[in-house]
Amino acid sequence: MLHEILKVLQDDARATPEQIAARTGIPAGQVAKLIGEAEKDRTILKYHTLINWEKVNNERVWALIEVKVTPQKDVGFDSIAERIYHFPQTQSVYLISGSYDLFVLVAGKSNREIADFVSQKLSHIDGVHETFTQFVLKRYKEEGEIIDAKENMKRQPVIL
Amino acid sequence: MSTNQKISKYHISRKAGQLAPSGIRKFFDLLANMEGVISLGVGEPDYSTPWHIREAAIRSLENGMTMYTSNSGMPELRSELSRYLKNEYQVGYDAGGEILISVGVSEALDLVMRAILDPDDEVIVPDPSFVAYSACVFMAGGVPVMVPTYEKDGFELDPEAVAERITSKTRAILIGYPANPTGAVMPREKLLAIAALAKKHHLVVISDEIYARLIYGVDHTCFPALPGMQDNTVLLGGFSKAFAMTGWRIGYACGPSEIIAAMTKIHQYTMMCASTMGQVAAVEALKAGENSCMEMVADYNRRRRVIVRGLRDIGLPCFEPKGAFYAFPSIKNTGLTSEDFAEKFLTEEKVAVVPGSAFGECGEGYIRCCYATSMADIEEALVRMKRFVKKYSVR
Repeated sequence: MLHEILKVLQDDARATPEQIAARTGIPAGQVAKLIGEAEKDRTILKYHTLINWEKVNNERVWALIEVKVTPQKDVGFDSIAERIYHFPQTQSVYLISGSYDLFVLVAGKSNREIADFVSQKLSHIDGVHETFTQFVLKRYKEEGEIIDAKENMKRQPVIL
Repeated sequence: MSTNQKISKYHISRKAGQLAPSGIRKFFDLLANMEGVISLGVGEPDYSTPWHIREAAIRSLENGMTMYTSNSGMPELRSELSRYLKNEYQVGYDAGGEILISVGVSEALDLVMRAILDPDDEVIVPDPSFVAYSACVFMAGGVPVMVPTYEKDGFELDPEAVAERITSKTRAILIGYPANPTGAVMPREKLLAIAALAKKHHLVVISDEIYARLIYGVDHTCFPALPGMQDNTVLLGGFSKAFAMTGWRIGYACGPSEIIAAMTKIHQYTMMCASTMGQVAAVEALKAGENSCMEMVADYNRRRRVIVRGLRDIGLPCFEPKGAFYAFPSIKNTGLTSEDFAEKFLTEEKVAVVPGSAFGECGEGYIRCCYATSMADIEEALVRMKRFVKKYSVR
C-alpha cells in the first residue's frame, strides 16, 4: 500500500492525501498516516523540486568526479564517503564498481569553485589518492525527466 | 442511418450517402478552432509508443526493411502473436493459417463482415457500442440488430435479450469487451451463455478484444478460450491500446482457417499487407513490451479512480468501469440531452467529451469521458464539470 502512495508522490510531491486517496483507492486518513510514518523513518527523505536552472539564468556548474581511495581499516569506504558528503558542494556520493571507488557529483557557482573544492578539499582527505574530474557540458535528462523535451505530436481529429 | 442526400455535382453511392456521419467527428470540428481545451474526447493513449518499440522500428528502417510483407503479415509477428495468445489466454492459433495481421482492428472488423455476410444477413450488436460496429455491418451489406444494454446491468449484454433477436437471418454476434464507450466487462458466466446461443444457432461470435489488457482488478475472459468456442469465434485484437501504438495501425484477426482465408483474400486485394515498420514494432511490443504495458495500466487505474470518484462527487452517477479507459457517467439529472451537454460543456467550459448518443440509442443520457489524459487535466476537467453541472442542475 505504501508503495502505491510513494509511486504517486515520487511523480508529484505536491499531491495531497486526498488526491493520493483518489488515485490509489486508499482512504485519505490512512494515506496521511502512512506518509507520516514514512517521513519519520526516513523512507521519504524530502520533497524536492526538479528545476531546469538554465531557464532562470542561474546557471550552476556541475562536475562528476571519480575518486580512488584506500579503504580504511574497520570502516572501509564509509568514513571517506562521509568526509566527502559533508561538504555542501557535494550533491551525491556513490560507491561504485570498476577502476574507481567513489563517484561524487558536485555542484558550484563557477568552475573555479569546483576546481578549488577538488584541489583544496577533496584531494586532501586522508585516503583519497586519485581524482578524475569531468565537468558537465549539458544536461539532457535528470531523474527520469527529459530536460528539453520536444513537443509530442498533437492529437488530430479522428473518429473512434 | 440518415438518408438526407443532397443533389450534388458528383454521384455518391447510396451506401456512402446513407452512412451516418459519426457523432464524434462533429465535436472535433468544433474543437479544432478552440484554444485551451481539455480533451476527454479521443479514445487514444496519451503516451507516445514506448521508446524500445520505436527504436526497433527505426533500426528496421536503417536496415532497409522497407518492402511488402507476406499478405497475412510477417511470419515472425504471427508466430510471436500465437505464442503471446497462448501464454496470455491459453488459446492456440496456428501462425500458418489462423492469423491475419491487419491495418488496425478497424480493417479486421471490416474484413470479417465482408467475409461472412451476404446481403440482409443480420449481426447482433450491443447498444451502445463502438461507432464502427454497426457501420461495418451496414457497409458489408448486412443489417445490424441492436441489443440494448443498461447501466443497471453494468452495460453487460443480456443473453436473453440476444436470444430474442436471433432470426433465421442472423449470422453473427459482435461483441467488444472491455467496452468502448462504457468501460464494461462481461462476467464469464454471461459470456458462456452467449457462447451457448452461438453454438445452438450456428452463429459466429466476433469478439473485439482490443482493450483486453486495459483491465482493472478483474480477469479478462478471452472469448475463444471458452470451452469449445475457438471454432465459432473470430478474435480481433491489436496493439494500439495496450502498447500505445495507435498511429502504427497494426491489428489482427485470429479464427478458423476458412474465415481467415476469406478475409485474407479481401485484404490482399485492398491492403496488400499492413505496414512493414509497424509489424516490426509489433514484434518488439510482444517480445519486450510487457513492463511498459503494465506501467501504463497502473497509471490508467489511478486516473480511473480519480475520474469515477470525481464524477460521483459532482453528482453524476457513474457506473464503475472495469476496463478500457472510459468513464460513462449519466447526465440525466442535468435535464440536457447528451449532445446538448457535450456541446455546451465544450463551448462554456472548454472540455471535450463525447455524447453517449454517438454510440447508439442507449447511450443517450450519458457522456463518454476518456481518462487517457494527464492527471492534471483530469482534475481540472472535474473542476470545470462541477461548475457546469451546478449551473444546469438547479431546475
